[in-house]
Amino acid sequence: MTSTDAVTGAPIGIAGVTKRYADSVALDDVTLDVRGGEFLTLLGASGSGKSTLLNIIAGFLEPTEGAVSVDGRDITKVPPHRRGLGMVFQHYALFPHMSVADNVAFPLRRQKVARRDIPGRVRDALAVVQLEHLAGRRPSELSGGQQQRVALARAIVARPRVLLMDEPLGALDKLLREQLQLEIRRLHQELGITFVFVTHDQDEALAMSDRIALLRDGSIVQVGSPQSLYERPNCRYTAEFVGASNLFRGTADGGVLVDEVTGVRLRVPGTGRGAVCVLVRPERMHVGARDVTVPPDCDVAHGIVEDCIYLGSSRRVEVRLTGGRTVVLRTDVPRGGDEVRHGADVTVWWRVDDAAVLADDPAGTADPEPSGVLAAQH
Amino acid sequence: MSSAVREGAPAGALPVRRESSRQWRRMVRIDGWGALLLPLVAFLLLVFVAPLVMTLAKSVTDPTPGLQNYRDLVANPLYLRVLANTFTTALAVTVVTLLLAFPYAYLMTLAGPRWRAVLLAVVLVPFWTSLLVRSFALVLLLRDSGVFNTALMGAGLVDAPVPLIRNLTGVLFGMVQVTLPFAVLPIYATMRTIDRRLVQAAEGLGARPSSAFWRVFVPLTAPGVAAGSLLVFIQALGFYITPTLLGGPKNMMVGELIVQQVSSVLNFGFAAALATVLLVTTFLLLAVASRFVDLRRYVMGRP
Amino acid sequence: MTRLLVRGGLSALALVTGIYLLLPVLVVVPTSFSASSFLKFPPEGLSTRWYQSFVDDPSWMDALSTSARVAVLSSVCSVVLGVLAALGLVRGRFPFRSGVTALVVAPIIVPYVIVGLSVYIAFLRLGLTQTTVGMVLVHTALAVPYVAINVASGLATFDRRLELAAMSLGAGPVATFFRITLPVIAPSVLAGAVFAFITSWDEVVVAIFLSGPDLSTLPVRMWSGVRVQIDPTVAAVSSLSLLATVGVFAGVGAAALARRWVRRHRAPLIVDLQGATS
Repeated sequence: MTSTDAVTGAPIGIAGVTKRYADSVALDDVTLDVRGGEFLTLLGASGSGKSTLLNIIAGFLEPTEGAVSVDGRDITKVPPHRRGLGMVFQHYALFPHMSVADNVAFPLRRQKVARRDIPGRVRDALAVVQLEHLAGRRPSELSGGQQQRVALARAIVARPRVLLMDEPLGALDKLLREQLQLEIRRLHQELGITFVFVTHDQDEALAMSDRIALLRDGSIVQVGSPQSLYERPNCRYTAEFVGASNLFRGTADGGVLVDEVTGVRLRVPGTGRGAVCVLVRPERMHVGARDVTVPPDCDVAHGIVEDCIYLGSSRRVEVRLTGGRTVVLRTDVPRGGDEVRHGADVTVWWRVDDAAVLADDPAGTADPEPSGVLAAQH
Repeated sequence: MSSAVREGAPAGALPVRRESSRQWRRMVRIDGWGALLLPLVAFLLLVFVAPLVMTLAKSVTDPTPGLQNYRDLVANPLYLRVLANTFTTALAVTVVTLLLAFPYAYLMTLAGPRWRAVLLAVVLVPFWTSLLVRSFALVLLLRDSGVFNTALMGAGLVDAPVPLIRNLTGVLFGMVQVTLPFAVLPIYATMRTIDRRLVQAAEGLGARPSSAFWRVFVPLTAPGVAAGSLLVFIQALGFYITPTLLGGPKNMMVGELIVQQVSSVLNFGFAAALATVLLVTTFLLLAVASRFVDLRRYVMGRP
Repeated sequence: MTRLLVRGGLSALALVTGIYLLLPVLVVVPTSFSASSFLKFPPEGLSTRWYQSFVDDPSWMDALSTSARVAVLSSVCSVVLGVLAALGLVRGRFPFRSGVTALVVAPIIVPYVIVGLSVYIAFLRLGLTQTTVGMVLVHTALAVPYVAINVASGLATFDRRLELAAMSLGAGPVATFFRITLPVIAPSVLAGAVFAFITSWDEVVVAIFLSGPDLSTLPVRMWSGVRVQIDPTVAAVSSLSLLATVGVFAGVGAAALARRWVRRHRAPLIVDLQGATS
């Protein structure tokens, strides 16, 4: 694929895009700048508007308000077939009446690429997804994973500067999904073009993206690198949607918050008066015997171990704190074992620096659905 | 909200983007895809509906305005007999068709996939062979010097040819052939959806197999039987070729009378009145029946 | 035991029904080779004289060419109108939905005698009786519901994401329709076309109204050959007509088989691309 090295990713500008239907608002004034060449994931639960936004970028939907630009050019009124963006669909959308090779050649023929160049470029594109040997097959003769790889080859063969992917792995089983995640990441690095990837799976988003835009009810909640979304969520919704979380909630006063359920005192330096939430990620918490000595820069809580699951490289501990809240921890397994077992009376602690203070979000928690179980968008 | 709400935002959820529709289009609520119906609708209105309307009109205007044609129809016992004969023949055809179709469809549900395909192909033969050819072939079979009578006389079973043609027997022979698929297909479609375990359950509860069949299975086939009967009856009302070829003068049906009025008497107004009676009857039957049976499922009763 | 009896009885009844349905077709063909001038079955002596008389008689030949012309033209017209209408019915938003649907299927519900009388009355004024145009117009109306219904059911299961994919790959609306939508629904369009052809080819009643000395179709010519006195030529024409119907089916079936064979035996080589036109 030396020939594609010249291609660079185009930036995408989404400016104040709103999509309104007769009785609902699918997108509400969304503004987002996708950098050229980055891997951006639109993450959200079903109905969050992530697919609507992708369809607006692709040109399948027209925004009620706002504008979309690619490489600085306003394409809001450009029909989809003149946008020159690659797109991969959840259910592959391979043309059933054409062979794999003809499917991949389709965009080249539409764009009037010289006839003699077509076979070579089809072969190159299929080589990228390692399917040269299946060029003569019909889509119906391929497995789901192979079909999606053909769809990828078809989407990149015309060397678009942007590749849109609408839950491309949603129809595949877990093992295949992880394999293709790696392949798509590799493809992104090889091609250097802009990827916009839609998913409802937070693990997938964390694993693949340069940046993630989390959507909720038609608005963007937070945009940032996977690490910043995980470690510095700007609200309770992000905290709970991205990764597992332990939350304390109460009214801060004089740099101290008293959890309204357990009475645990947390230090929240630099926070004024008011209702706040404190997030501590499971792997930032520590657990030990009741009488353990806790470093001074840590906050402390006590409770009873409800469950302790051995996971090989780590263990998952659930502790029911005195007063009622259950927290989840992920810790190393100490050599030789310790007192942490079902029913044990334990101390839980964490560094004050590892706790993130969030604005309390009274609108409720994130959808409780675990990732990967959500129904497909369409 | 970055800007004021724009008025008349497109409400359609069409995934494919289209040019913004104009004001007048919004008035009649038709989109680009819907407009593709316009050629056919215009065509059918001109070629199909307009002539029908002209015919209905002709029945009260030709030769003179008024209800004279309908008065003639009611006043003449000969015409009334044709109408009555049309109904009784259609009824007889329906009954005979059902008697053949029900066991045939039942056997289709019992048969394995291969035999079922054969049975289906056989019952569809009339769909694919010309009605005229089949009626003509029946003449060859049934006439006095035809295959049946030659065989019967050759075997010494009868001395003189049995009259099988130019009477109701011939008409039934010809018409049931045509109507059979229209009964078999809906009945089979209904039977296929019946849960066999219901019949087994009835037998398990102590019903004899025959009574389980008659009391549980047969009533459940009612929607298919009703739809099939209606389709057959409506079809039979309008027959022309078969009764003309295989029936005698006594078996004249309204279709033949219409043709006769046009071709030999040139009485367009009266023919139009007959057509109106037939058309109105057909639509009334359909309207009444569609309250009880979902005919759309069966009109194109092809599997 | 009773079950076996019931099954045996049913099978016997079905066998009789089957014979009853097939017998006429089976009788016509041998009869057509009869050597005598009075059709008999089994035929006394074999000859092709009635086929000869068919070929030699210009009135039969005219009818044959008229029928072929009308059937081809009306199936083309009904495919065009029917495919467009099916797209509208399945994808469109339009007023009076149930009325429009009823109008589209009405031609197969209204008795043909009434259709015949009506178009005769209407076409007489327009000078369209005994013309190919008139015949094609009516047969198109009679055949178009079959096309529309077949194609609509094909479209209902068509995955519209294929069209979105084609557009995202650079195909405009027209190219998308002709390169993706139409090829994928081709089987139902073809089925509709076959229905349409056979509807026109076999149709007698309406054609009787519109025929005359100047123009008549093959079924109408056959009708006049059996109406009063039986012309043995009709047996030969019937056999040929059956052959034509069977031929259409065999042709369609063979084409489908051939395509499948080619598909299966296509070498999985990119080299193919050069020859293949998508």
